[in-house]
Amino acid sequence: MARAVTNQRKAINTAFAWAIGLLIFFPILWTILTSFKTEAEAIASPPYFLFFDWTLENYAVVQERSNYARYLWNSIVIAGGSTLLGVIIAVPAAWSMAFVPSKRTKDILMWMLSTKMLPAVGVLYPIYLIFIKMGLLDTKIGLVVVLMLINLPIIVWMLYTYFREIPGEILEAARIDGATLREEILYVLTPMAIPGIASTILLNVILAWNEAFWTLNLTAAKAGPLTAFIASYSSPEGLFYAKLSAASTMAIAPILILGWFSQKQLVRGLTFGAVK
Amino acid sequence: MGRITLDQVTKSFGSVQVIPPLDLTIEDGEFTVFVGPSGCGKSTLLRLIAGLEDISSGQIRIDKQDATHVPPAKRGLAMVFQSYALYPHMSVRKNIAFPLKMAQMDQAEIDRRVNGAAEVLNLTDYLDRRPGQLSGGQRQRVAIGRAIVREPAAFLFDEPLSNLDAALRVGMRLEISELHKRLKTTMIYVTHDQVEAMTMADRIVVLQAGVIEQVGSPLELYREPRNLFVAGFIGSPRMNFIEGPEAAKYDAHTIGIRPEHIAVAEGDGAWSGVVGVAEHLGSDTFFHIHETGLAETITVRADGEVGFNHGDRITLSPRTDMIHRFDASGLRIA
Amino acid sequence: MATKASRSAARLMMAPAVVLLLGWMLVPLIMTLIFSFKKYLPLRGGDLGWVGFDNYVRFVTSSAFWPAVQATLMIVGGVLAITVIFGVLLAMLLDQPMWGQGVVRILVIAPFFVMPTVSALVWKNMFMDPVNGVFAHLWKAFGAEPIQWLTQASLPSIIIIVAWQWLPFATLILLTAIQSLDGEQLEAAEMDGAPPLKRFWYIVLPHLGRAITVVVLIQTIFLLGIFAEIFVTTQGSFGTKTLTYLIFQRVLESQNVGLGSAGGVYAIILANIVAIFLMRIVGKNLDA
Repeated sequence: MARAVTNQRKAINTAFAWAIGLLIFFPILWTILTSFKTEAEAIASPPYFLFFDWTLENYAVVQERSNYARYLWNSIVIAGGSTLLGVIIAVPAAWSMAFVPSKRTKDILMWMLSTKMLPAVGVLYPIYLIFIKMGLLDTKIGLVVVLMLINLPIIVWMLYTYFREIPGEILEAARIDGATLREEILYVLTPMAIPGIASTILLNVILAWNEAFWTLNLTAAKAGPLTAFIASYSSPEGLFYAKLSAASTMAIAPILILGWFSQKQLVRGLTFGAVK
Repeated sequence: MGRITLDQVTKSFGSVQVIPPLDLTIEDGEFTVFVGPSGCGKSTLLRLIAGLEDISSGQIRIDKQDATHVPPAKRGLAMVFQSYALYPHMSVRKNIAFPLKMAQMDQAEIDRRVNGAAEVLNLTDYLDRRPGQLSGGQRQRVAIGRAIVREPAAFLFDEPLSNLDAALRVGMRLEISELHKRLKTTMIYVTHDQVEAMTMADRIVVLQAGVIEQVGSPLELYREPRNLFVAGFIGSPRMNFIEGPEAAKYDAHTIGIRPEHIAVAEGDGAWSGVVGVAEHLGSDTFFHIHETGLAETITVRADGEVGFNHGDRITLSPRTDMIHRFDASGLRIA
Repeated sequence: MATKASRSAARLMMAPAVVLLLGWMLVPLIMTLIFSFKKYLPLRGGDLGWVGFDNYVRFVTSSAFWPAVQATLMIVGGVLAITVIFGVLLAMLLDQPMWGQGVVRILVIAPFFVMPTVSALVWKNMFMDPVNGVFAHLWKAFGAEPIQWLTQASLPSIIIIVAWQWLPFATLILLTAIQSLDGEQLEAAEMDGAPPLKRFWYIVLPHLGRAITVVVLIQTIFLLGIFAEIFVTTQGSFGTKTLTYLIFQRVLESQNVGLGSAGGVYAIILANIVAIFLMRIVGKNLDA
């Protein structure tokens, strides 16, 4: 099936693909490089590419001035909390749909997906109002709940597709072997589904980390995550390129690293299994 | 210790009744095989006995106790699945120990039983491997081991050999039969392969469309099939059926004659025909004979040394004492 | 296909997810519907009573409506065109044998993981700034007058930023689809005498049809709702006010909740029209 490809052909492919890859990656690379420049070097014309005096000063300044650590902590709590809460609620639901399907299972799944399609702006004010009334505005717990809800359909859906790959006979064997429902899920299903659960968590942490509608509209100084922290640079502070770059690099680095591990799950999670 | 009784059991999925009212008793220590074409309800019947499906009406008794509403784990049955259903994340040892752990047995007893089962099944060297590192036959043994350690009232097998290759299947068939001889525990075995049924069973239950067509020992079924379906299903190659004037001679609507009960020759005989395909198996030769005027093809099983070829005109002599007679509704005429 | 016991357990275990999502969907939706039929100005008198379809009519007849529809369509259409065309090309390139394929893939996918506020700000300040941006340097290097990107070419600028974010998504999905194409099919076509371009047109493209549809539908749903990119760049000025942004301004900035809610209902209807097509494809796949 596989055919030998000449090295010349391969070299052309390689050069071409790397050129395009680097072009697409360039804005990120440029941001990272700029974060190590002084402000003067950052706006020098013509710009410095690699040969400048590398400095970590910007990172120190960003950390000091804007309480970066607090925003980071908020992001971690909100992304992690909403994902974990979502998984805890979704695992039993996905188990039900995958292993005890009924005539309505498909309808329920489709309906869950449809809630994901609801445009956020259409329900902005009601949520805003509910948040004010319940004292949830600018709290981490409020955002944890909202982000959990907007990602719950994806979590259920992904877990469902992973669970469906586990043969039902194994769970039946466990049932005959005397496992209770709790033991069946805890000792047999969950360990077998660990890779699937891990990918689900990974993708949803990424989605929650980058969510930028609710996090911008429902938080202020106290519970704001990194999305809000960066948005505050749209004011004149953004003109300090090196500092903007340092702040940006810190905001995206954790997710870039996580993201590289989750390429495959990305396709599955975001197309709801419609592309394999 | 393992007598299973089904009393007027039915099963419906929605409005479709897959098992009409059915009565069956499986005696303690018996090796019973449910056999039938795919979709005949044999696996469903097994799952009803296991408790993996609810019965729609009727009663299931295990050792005289009503088990109809008892959950699967409490029925004292063990099951070996078609896919073996081994837990991929556990070692062989943990797989076999799992039901005992669920029963909260103490560790010393668990170890004793697991080691015992491993010895019986030649798995001692593989106890610390994962199922993924085992061959098909070894996985099969682990699944059986997991069933044995529970010392169940009965073993349920759901087409356990269908995922193995032909050579291994014959070996495992023997192992399961020997296991039954040694344990003397009730076994219920589901298969679509009539050879497995014939070679392993004490008693065969032939099913079609959820209905029991006949229950009996392998030889009873072979010698006195109760109707056309059983006659055609049991025995390989298949029994020849002849209708029309030839059947009328025997006062029947249809007559059946097994391929091994017809002799072929060049000289005189009751019937004649032309050899189509001759399948030489070495020990036997199967002749598929056309232009007999009786049926489209008559299959004959002859000795391996009989040397007819394609196109030869030959004569056929049925053993008249081996002719089975059936009436218009397909039932055997005694 | 299971016992009654497991079926009732299943229903119980599904309940939390179903109830939560039902509440999440119905409560705000009903509130939005109610507000949309009211004159409701929280800072200027609060609930001023029912007004029928007034808000719906006013939202559509306001001078900001049609420009917003136009801006929305331009952004969605522009981004879709760029991401699908370049996505197909890029996916085909990445499918070729080469050295360092894994690394190139990572480089191409990376923008998807950058949070929207970061990518919008980086593009706005470090690339599109008419004095110090990289583009300005580039233009000057060729002796051209730098472009005032976000004021003179505001829509194309936004489209570039958003397309950069979504190109990885399209590429990744199309690459997955290309890799599932049976190599023997292409070899058969080659034996049948089809040159490369025809093989692409008659074999590869039809194979990608479904994946392209999925990319278009999913991106449309997300693109209709883009917010952060506009929020941190133009704040809706210079003709970049999309429907989403217009509704946001009505609701939170001018606190005209009734009017904004009517706009929200329009947005919901619009999203649902796209969603129906997407759900059909997903649903078909569920049966398979």
